[in-house]
Amino acid sequence: MVIAARNPVHSVLFLILAFFTSAGLLVLIGAEFLAMLLVVVYVGAVAVLFLFVVMMLDVDFVELKQGFLSYLPFGLLVGAVFLAEIVLASFAGLENHVSTFDASPGAETNAEAIGQVMYTQYMLLFQLAGIVLLISMIGAIVLTLRHRPGTKRQSIAHQTARRRSDAFDLKDPSSGQGI
Amino acid sequence: MSNLIESFGDFTGFWMVLGQIALFTLVLLISIAFLLLLDRKIWAGVMMRKGPNVVGPFGLFQSFADFGKFLLKEIVIPAGANKTVFILAPILTCTLAFVAWAAIPVAPGTVSGTSWVVSNLNVGVLYLFAISSLGVYGIIMGGWASNSKYPFLGALRSAAQMVSYEVSIGFIIVTVILLTGSMNLSAIVENQSGGFWNWHLFSFQYFPMIFVMFPMFVMFFISALAETNRPPFDLPEAESELVAGYQVEYGSTPYLLFMLGEYLNIVLMCAMMTVLFLGGWHGPFALGDVVKDWPPLLLSLSGLFWFMLKILFFFFMFAMVKAIVPRYRYDQLMRLGWKIFLPTSLAAVLIVAGYVVYTGVQS
Repeated sequence: MVIAARNPVHSVLFLILAFFTSAGLLVLIGAEFLAMLLVVVYVGAVAVLFLFVVMMLDVDFVELKQGFLSYLPFGLLVGAVFLAEIVLASFAGLENHVSTFDASPGAETNAEAIGQVMYTQYMLLFQLAGIVLLISMIGAIVLTLRHRPGTKRQSIAHQTARRRSDAFDLKDPSSGQGI
Repeated sequence: MSNLIESFGDFTGFWMVLGQIALFTLVLLISIAFLLLLDRKIWAGVMMRKGPNVVGPFGLFQSFADFGKFLLKEIVIPAGANKTVFILAPILTCTLAFVAWAAIPVAPGTVSGTSWVVSNLNVGVLYLFAISSLGVYGIIMGGWASNSKYPFLGALRSAAQMVSYEVSIGFIIVTVILLTGSMNLSAIVENQSGGFWNWHLFSFQYFPMIFVMFPMFVMFFISALAETNRPPFDLPEAESELVAGYQVEYGSTPYLLFMLGEYLNIVLMCAMMTVLFLGGWHGPFALGDVVKDWPPLLLSLSGLFWFMLKILFFFFMFAMVKAIVPRYRYDQLMRLGWKIFLPTSLAAVLIVAGYVVYTGVQS
């Protein structure tokens, strides 16, 4: 439904549904912590921004439909590969009985298990990934940040530092005289 | 599968769970009806008005009259609206607001070590956080599907607002999780037993942490106001700018669902503050010997009493804030969220984590 829906906003909503159902699958295999993280991070934050962008963009549906046929063979090929993979994997799973899945190996809860793996075993790799993300974030900011001269900006410190005595000047003119 | 079944608290029977859910829903709906009236009465009191006082004694049945009125009205769907999404949005808001209550432990169980909760999840806090982060979808969908300028502007505002305040709420929750060492809501409540000085708000058992946790509590309250779109952060529905924001085009039952979801979310936030910071079902003093001989059911009910009292207190605060504080400007709102709350709560997480590691209270 994500790719079949005509309206891109509907597509994103179906994508969110897909995230949500995968979180449900994770709960079923006993990895509640991962499931909740999936909902918080993907559904709660990433997909909101995604939806935001798609709603703001004025997408031309006719133009989108035009390239459909020329991409179809390639899309079908990729789809077929994935389908074959899923079928093969599930058959292999049926034969070898790998359905006994331990959600929290060697720890009491699966939050602890993830903590062990991520922050103890693969600490350096985790930090490296964090640094890569930080660099890409800084890169995006540097690329898009422009200081236009001449635009009026608010100075919050200036605004909050304003006192009553700066803004008001009370006069008490007697009648018949100006200030 | 086994984890899921185990997570269903004390009673594993399917009908038992269904009964619990029905009970929760019923109690919530009835209490929302009276809380709504309380809200309006408090607001009226601050303005020296009388508030609703015609239907029933003291206007007690006003909410029920409103309910009937909403149900009997015709549902109007704008011509350009996206019908499915338009109808789905209020249903989603209301459902999510109900679903989140499944993890809230309301009272100690009659068997020691258990609690009155529909689903005693190991990741209860995360579950609450995840569900409340979904709440933004109802608003965005409603605003977009209305196919109208004001609702859309309201939806965009609320999306940005709720996402940014969720971040600080998340970090504040992390400080509580660090102190408790568990994400189970019942465990968090149990960690605060022994008197009001042990509530996470004061956290006397972790002495210097009061200087971190008390500000965190205040920040959580302010973020909760922003998260539920309550004044002074009600910019998604600021009537002087956007008429009524995302719910302009809604009337009748869909509007009722929106309003119900909004108030349920407010009470949920009150319950979250109670559980995380104010000791949940624990009374302000540990009565140890006095209540030793009480029947367990009475103990449970007294726990329920304290829990409800605390929720009422927070609801009163929400109503007073609505009556007293003027609305924020949008850029000020964003600045408060990202430049003040986020760094402060991050620093608090660092301090609490350092404290926990240094003193080893959790190991």
